[in-house]
Amino acid sequence: MKKRIFALALVASMILAVTACGKKEPADAGSDLIKVGIINNDPNESGYRTANDKSMKEQFTKANGYEATFKYSLKNDEQIAYAQKMIQDEVDYLLLSAADTSGWDSVLKDAKDAGIKVILFDRTVDASEDLYVASVVSDMAKEGKTAVDWLKGQKLSEYKIIHLQGVMGSAAQIGRSGALNDAVTSEGWTMVQQQTAEWSSDKAQEIVQAVIDAGTDFNVIYAENDDMAKGAVAALDKAGITHGTAEGAKVVVMGFDCNKWALEELLAGNWNYDGQCNPFQAGDIHKIIQKLEKGETIAEKTIILDEKGFDAATITQADVDKYGI
Amino acid sequence: MKDDRTILEMKNIHKSFPGVRALQAVDFSLCEGEIHALMGENGAGKSTLIKVLTGVYEKDEGQIFLKGHEKAVVIRSPQDAQKLGISTVYQEITLCPNLSVAENMYIGRTKGATVGWSKMNKDADKILESLDIPAKATQQLASCSIAVQQMVAIARAVDMDCKVLILDEPTSSLDEQEVQKLFKLMRDLKSRGVGIIFVTHFLDQVYEVCDKITVLRDGQLVGEFEIKDLPRVQLVAKMLGKEFDDTSEIKNTELVYGGDDASQCVFEAKDLASNVGIKPFDFYIKKGEVNGFTGLLGSGRSESVRAIFGADKVISGTVKKNGKNIKISKPLDAMKNGIAYLPEDRKRDGIIGDLSVRDNIILALQVLKGFFRPFSKAQANKFADEYIKLLDIKTASKDTPIKSLSGGNQQKVILARWLLTHPEYLILDEPTRGIDIGTKTEIQKLVLKLASEGMAVTFISSETDEMVRTCSRLVVMRDRKVVGELSGEDVNQNMIMSTIAGGDKE
Amino acid sequence: MTDVKVKKEFSIGAFMGSILRHQIFIPAAALVILLLINLVGDFFKDSSFFTISLLHNSAGNPVLSGNLISVLDFGSELAILAIGMTLVTAATGGQDISVGATIAIAGSVVLRIVCGADGVAYSVSPGTLILAFGAACVVAMICGAFNGVLVAIFRIQPMIATLILFTAGRSIASWINGGALPRVNAESFTYFAGFIPGIPIPTPFFVAVGCIIIIAIVLKVTNLGLYTQAVGINESSSKLNGINPVSIKILSFVILGLCVAVCGLLKVSRASGITYSVIAKDIEMDAILAVALGGNALSGGKFNMTASIMGAYVIQMLTTTLYRFEVEPDALPAYKAIVVIVLVVISAPTVREKAKSLWTKMTKGQKKVKEVA
Repeated sequence: MKKRIFALALVASMILAVTACGKKEPADAGSDLIKVGIINNDPNESGYRTANDKSMKEQFTKANGYEATFKYSLKNDEQIAYAQKMIQDEVDYLLLSAADTSGWDSVLKDAKDAGIKVILFDRTVDASEDLYVASVVSDMAKEGKTAVDWLKGQKLSEYKIIHLQGVMGSAAQIGRSGALNDAVTSEGWTMVQQQTAEWSSDKAQEIVQAVIDAGTDFNVIYAENDDMAKGAVAALDKAGITHGTAEGAKVVVMGFDCNKWALEELLAGNWNYDGQCNPFQAGDIHKIIQKLEKGETIAEKTIILDEKGFDAATITQADVDKYGI
Repeated sequence: MKDDRTILEMKNIHKSFPGVRALQAVDFSLCEGEIHALMGENGAGKSTLIKVLTGVYEKDEGQIFLKGHEKAVVIRSPQDAQKLGISTVYQEITLCPNLSVAENMYIGRTKGATVGWSKMNKDADKILESLDIPAKATQQLASCSIAVQQMVAIARAVDMDCKVLILDEPTSSLDEQEVQKLFKLMRDLKSRGVGIIFVTHFLDQVYEVCDKITVLRDGQLVGEFEIKDLPRVQLVAKMLGKEFDDTSEIKNTELVYGGDDASQCVFEAKDLASNVGIKPFDFYIKKGEVNGFTGLLGSGRSESVRAIFGADKVISGTVKKNGKNIKISKPLDAMKNGIAYLPEDRKRDGIIGDLSVRDNIILALQVLKGFFRPFSKAQANKFADEYIKLLDIKTASKDTPIKSLSGGNQQKVILARWLLTHPEYLILDEPTRGIDIGTKTEIQKLVLKLASEGMAVTFISSETDEMVRTCSRLVVMRDRKVVGELSGEDVNQNMIMSTIAGGDKE
Repeated sequence: MTDVKVKKEFSIGAFMGSILRHQIFIPAAALVILLLINLVGDFFKDSSFFTISLLHNSAGNPVLSGNLISVLDFGSELAILAIGMTLVTAATGGQDISVGATIAIAGSVVLRIVCGADGVAYSVSPGTLILAFGAACVVAMICGAFNGVLVAIFRIQPMIATLILFTAGRSIASWINGGALPRVNAESFTYFAGFIPGIPIPTPFFVAVGCIIIIAIVLKVTNLGLYTQAVGINESSSKLNGINPVSIKILSFVILGLCVAVCGLLKVSRASGITYSVIAKDIEMDAILAVALGGNALSGGKFNMTASIMGAYVIQMLTTTLYRFEVEPDALPAYKAIVVIVLVVISAPTVREKAKSLWTKMTKGQKKVKEVA
C-alpha cells in the first residue's frame, strides 16, 4: 500500500514537473500590462507550429506591454477547458488557434459576456462572427490554388501525379487537396497515387517507393508538407530518378510550409516549388490589439495572411533567410 | 431410468483426448436424497466425468437421462447444465470475492437491467438462514472464511433450484470444524431430496457422510457400491486395482542418526520470525531426520517453513547450517545453502503451468547454476528423463505443459525439481494434498528413503495419520506459535490432538 | 492396399494437426496469403509484385528495388521493436505504449549530439556517431528502466505506467533540442536507413538481422527466455525458485529500451532530421500487434520470438500491399483494421485450439468413411 501511495506521489510529481515546464507565471503583473491568454496547438506538432509559437512568445512580452499566459493542447476539449480558466482569470484578450473547428460557441459566448475580446489566429472556428473581434488566418485552399496554378503554368507535356496527403480531415489537408483534385478533374491530369502519409516523411517514402516498385510512370510529386516531400525525394534518390530543376530532370517536386531547409533544397535546385504557410500572425494581432486599445474599430474582421509560393527558378538566398521557418 | 427415485443416469459415456481414453463405457446413476461419492485415483476419470456432466467437455458417445425428461438430455455448456438443475461447486471458489454475499448468489441471474437490492438481500438472508450458513447477505464475500464462501456457492446452487449438486473436492481447504458444518449442510440438502455427487480424497469423509460409492479406475467403471457393503480396505484396493497393500506397512523408521548432539544439526534457527505474523520460534533438524510441523489450518505451520526458506520477509532470528551462521533473506539464499521447499499451494506457488515438464524439473537447478549458464537441451532432457523415470511421472512427453498433468503427477514434477538440486534439507509442505492414495504412499515412502540416505526432511500434512507414519518428531503449532514438541512414543494421533487442543504449557 | 491408404491419410492429418498447433503457423499463413493476393494481383497490374531490379541511386551506387525489398526495408523498425515488446509482454503480461515517444527521445538525443548546438550538421564523424548512438542507448534504457521500475516495484499496470512517457515523451524529445528541429545534411548519415555504397541491400535489413541474431544468441546463452516465461506465467512460483521477478521485469523493459534506441537511430537517419509529433507515430500499436499476430498471449507467459518477428513483417507486407492496390486514403485504416482483426482472431490461442479439435474431428470422420468403404 505504502508503495502504491509512493508511486502515485511519484507520478503526480512527474506530471507536475512536466506541466511546470510549460507555464511561466509572470512574477508580479503591473496594472498597465494588457492581459492576454493564448491557446495554441502543441509547438512540437511541426516546424510551422514551433515557428508560430516562437513568434507569439517574442511578440507578447512585458517589454511590449503584455502579460501573456500560454496554454497548449492538440485536443479541443482541453483547449476549451483552458479557455474557461482564462475567462475566470479575466484576461483582456483571448487568442485562440483551435484544434478543432467545432464546439466553441458556448465558451466564446461566455468570453463575450465577460467582456473578453477573442482573436482567432491561424485557424478559424465554426461560430457566429460576432463572437470574436478578429481573425488572422491562413487560407489553405488559397495556398493549394497558388500551388496548383504554378503547376499549371509549368506546361508539362503530361501530368502524372503522386499526391501525398496530410492527416485526413485536417484543415491543411482539405484545403491543399481540394485545389489539386479540382485541377485533376478540370485539366484531365492523371492521379497515379493519392494516399495519406500523415505528415510523415517515412510514410511518404514508403508510398513513393511502392509506386516505383510497381513500375508506374509519374512526373509530379505534390506533397502537402515539406517532410513528406523530403521522404518522397529520398525514395526518388534511392531509385536514381532525377528531380528538381536540373536539365532533363524527370520529376517535379512540390512541398508546403517553407521550412528553411526546404527553401534551401529549392535554392539548390533539388525541389521545384514550396508553398508558404505563414506562421507569423503575431505582428498582425499586435496591431489589432493596439487599435482596439486606442478605441479604434477594425476595418476588416478577417485578415488573410499573405502567403507566397516559391519557385526554384526564382528563389534567392534573401527569400530563404526571410521566409524560412 | 431404473426407478422413480433415480434423478440422473449416465449411460455408456465415452470420452477421449488425443492419446488418452479418459472415459470408456462408464455408467453412473444418482438418486434423490442421496450423497454419492465418486472415487478414484488421479487419472481415473472423475473430473472428466464431472466435466461431461456439466457440459465443459462434449462426450464422444453415450447418453444422459434426467428425471422429468423423456429423452436423453443434451448438455453442451455449463449454462445448459445449470438450466437442467445440475450445479457444481469447485474446490477453488469461483465466486467474486469483492462482491457481497447476496450479489454472489444472484450474479448473472437477475432478469433485466434493474436489481431490487433490498429484495435480493432479503431473499439471500432467507436462504442463508434456512441453510444455517453463518453469513449476512450484505457482507463482502472475501470477509467470510473459505468454508463459508464454499457454503455460499452451495447456497447459490441450491437457490437455482438444483436437483443434482456436484461438490468437487470441497473439503480440501477446510479444517475439521468447517468440514462438519459443510456436512451438516449436505445432510440438510439430502433431506430435501437433492442428489449430491461428492468428489473427495478423504476416505474418512466418505464413510461419514455418503450413501453410495462409485469407483472409477483408468477411465473405466469398477463398480457402484452401497457404503455399508464396502469396507475401507476394499475401497482402497478397488481404487488401486490391486489387493490391499496396507499403507501402514510403512513404518516409522528409527532415526538413522540419533542423539542430541547439536553438531549434527543440519539446520538450526533461533527466534525466527517473518512479517506474516508468526511468533518467533526455535527450530532444529538433524541429518537423516524426518520431522514435521503440525497444527490446524492457519496455525502457522506453513508460515514457519516459509520463514526458514526466506519465502516471506524474515524480521528476526538467526539461522545456522551445519553449525555455521548463515543469512537467508530470499529463497535463492536458502537454495544456495542446500535447502529445498515444496510449497503448500501447488498451483499458485509450485508449478509454472504453461512450461513443459522438462523446464519445470530443471528450473531450480538452472537458477542455482546461474543466468548465464543455461543447460544444453540434451542435458535438460537427460535430467527430465531421469526423474520422470525415477519418480514414475505419468506424462505424455517431457514437452507436455505441466498444467495438463494430473495433480499427483504435477506434485511429483515439483518434487523432482527439488530432488534434482540434491538438497541437504528438504521441506515438504502438504506434498500429498489433493493427490491420489497411490501417489501419496509413494511420496511417503520416498521421504523415508531420502531420510535413510541422510537427507533432513520436514514434512507437513493436514492428515495426522500421515504425519504419525512419517515423522519421528513433531513441532505442534497453534495460533501462529509453537505450543509443543512431540517425539518418540508421543508421536501419535491422541497426543497431537490433545497438544493442539490445549493445555498450554506456558 | 486400403490399409496403407488409411495410414497415410492419418499421418497427413497428424502432420496438419501439428502444423496448426505450431505458433509460427498463423504469421506464416498470413504471409503466404498476402503473397498469394499479390500473385493474383499481378494479373491486373503492369508489373509483378515479386520483381526485384537492380537500379543505381542518385549517388551512382547499385541498389536493389522491389516490393519485397521494401517490405524488408521498412519492416525493420517494427521487427526490432517486436523483439523487446515480446519480452515485455511475456514478463509483465502488459505492453509498453511509450515506444513511439521514446523513439522520439532517442532520435532527439542522436541529433543533439550529431548536430550540436547549431541544429545542422554537414558532416558526421564515426566517433560522433558512436557517441550519439551510445548516448541514445543509455537514455532509452533509462526510459525503459523507469517504466520497468513503475511496473515491477510499484506494481502499476504496464499500460498505465508507460502512459506517462507516452504522454510526456515527445515533449521531452523536443526539450532535448530546445524545441528546434535539427537536421543532418551529410550523406553518410543516411547510410543507416539507406544503402552503404556498394551494397545493394538496404541497411535497415542488416540492422534488423543483426538485432535478431543478437537476441537469438542471448536467448541461447542465457536463461532470459526461461526466466521471462516463468515470471510471466507464475510470478509467485518463480520467486520460490530463486528467480527475482522484479529484476527480470525491469530487464525486459531495458532490453526494449535498447531496441527503441536502434529504431530511433534508423528513424532519424531515414528523415535526416526529426519532427517530434510525427516520428514513429503509433508504432507502439503496430509493435503490440506484431506480438499478437505471432500468436503470443498478450497476458504474458510463453512466447515465441520468431513468430513475433514474422508478425512484424506481416504488418509491413500488409501496408505495402494496400499501397500497391491504391486503397483510398480515407479507407486505409479501415482495411488495415479488418485484416488485423481477422488475423488476431485466428491467431488467438483459443481459436487455434478449436481449429485443432475441428481438424481432428474432420480427419476422424474421414477415417471412418474410409473404413466403411
